[in-house]
Amino acid sequence: MIQALVFYVFAAITVASGVMVISARNPVHAVLFLILAFFNAAGLFLLAGAEFLAMVLVVVYVGAVAVLFLFVVMMLDINFIKLREGFLQYLPIGGLVGLILLAELALVFGSWSFAPHAALSVATHVPDLHVVTNTDALGRLLFTHYFYLFQVAGLVLLVAMIGTILLTLRSRPGVKKQNIARQNARTKETSVELRKVPTRGGI
Amino acid sequence: MANLWTGYVWPTAITVAEIIAIIVPVLVGVAYLTYAERKVIGAMQLRKGPNVIGPFGLFQPLADGAKLFFKETIFPNHASRGVFLVAPALTFFLAMVAWAVVPFDEGWVLANINVGVLYLFAISSLGVYGIIMAGWASNSKYGFLGAMRSAAQMVSYEVSIGFVMIAVLLCVGSLNLTDIVHAQEKGVWFIIPHLPLFIIFFISGLAETNRSPFDLPEGESELVAGYMVEYSSMPFAMFFLGEYANMILMSATITTLFLGGWLSPLPFAPFIWVPGVIWFVLKVCFLLFGFLWVRATMPRYRYDQLMRLGWKVFLPFSLVWLVLTAGVLEFGGLLPK
Repeated sequence: MIQALVFYVFAAITVASGVMVISARNPVHAVLFLILAFFNAAGLFLLAGAEFLAMVLVVVYVGAVAVLFLFVVMMLDINFIKLREGFLQYLPIGGLVGLILLAELALVFGSWSFAPHAALSVATHVPDLHVVTNTDALGRLLFTHYFYLFQVAGLVLLVAMIGTILLTLRSRPGVKKQNIARQNARTKETSVELRKVPTRGGI
Repeated sequence: MANLWTGYVWPTAITVAEIIAIIVPVLVGVAYLTYAERKVIGAMQLRKGPNVIGPFGLFQPLADGAKLFFKETIFPNHASRGVFLVAPALTFFLAMVAWAVVPFDEGWVLANINVGVLYLFAISSLGVYGIIMAGWASNSKYGFLGAMRSAAQMVSYEVSIGFVMIAVLLCVGSLNLTDIVHAQEKGVWFIIPHLPLFIIFFISGLAETNRSPFDLPEGESELVAGYMVEYSSMPFAMFFLGEYANMILMSATITTLFLGGWLSPLPFAPFIWVPGVIWFVLKVCFLLFGFLWVRATMPRYRYDQLMRLGWKVFLPFSLVWLVLTAGVLEFGGLLPK
């Protein structure tokens, strides 16, 4: 009973903050509602018994991705009223995309019923969740059964990372940079010069 | 009806009592940490520190609290009021909820969850929101600059904290904080094999809690008070409480991961008579003294040096150490289980 109650609280807040993301007037408030939605989704994961996924959702999405997102939105100079202008114009396309997504979700859920073996073929590698913990089970799946796929995913991320660095790297001339090794190698002899300055004479 | 009583009401009452039993000592600890900070730094600078209110100035924290309570709450012009008020509340709330998984003694833990370390990491990674929201909602340049600095700083140092945690977890084979202490009971405290990681974690902890020498988000000499500049009265007090509670929490985390939690330093007669919780508190106090000592000793870091230290020194080092640990565990046959 309590579990159902908590589920409905989390679900209601998730949906409500999802609505607020697209209807908030201020983009920063929209991002903050997005973060609230993420956080409540983590709560839903926790209720489903997926504690590892819940924590990772908070660490990765809320703790890192959304921070950078918020960072960018705060720095941008956005005209709030102009942002609203095309709302009705884009409504049909947005609605269409939403409908397609809804239909696909329905198909995904439907496939459990019209392909009864689907669940079985997925479940073959899954260790017994009553014996091992959540984290352990995920680790075994990723690092043992799907090791190559995991490596490929890592490579894809590496390529994306290198691409990003390459796009933003530019060497600007005339920028003063500190070379720590050279800084530490400086001695009194090489950097300080004592001079006897004659009065009213200057150097 | 009896079912409702034994099933819901009674467990809830017990949990609430446990929460109060954790929160109240933490808040008292926060109050006396501010006192200890002023006394310790005073002693290091050959001053007396607070010594007027009560014996040895012991009631100073109460007087400070009362003063803040009766101040006026000021809202800046065009501030986003909701966010402005939520930010300090969030900081305070996050500093409190993290205590749920900290094991004070054998079995003295509110929630003995399997992903305890991840929970602590998740909560500490959320801490940055309080600061960003405060800086943005104040509608002030100083506040915003402080928030931007803090966000970059905290996200950077979280990375090396994460790697340090993974290296410790490899030696334990569990994410449960109680299991981590038990693993140190069987073997040695992790500070002995992982001394460099302990140092990295301590320094990253200073950066993560925005303490000197990494207190750039506040940086009095350039940003006035950074993200806190527009805050007064209770919202300011909540930031203050949250920051000091985070310091204690960081010390408790280091104690659990590296200093053997509630274990006594020498496992024989006179030392094991002392209750574990006392050892835990002593270790936390030792680390907190380190926090204060650093503040009294070090000048503030420059921002580019801060970033260099995080990304170019700590991150590669902890990564190499992680691979090394994994290698030694695998080929030395020391893997847990």
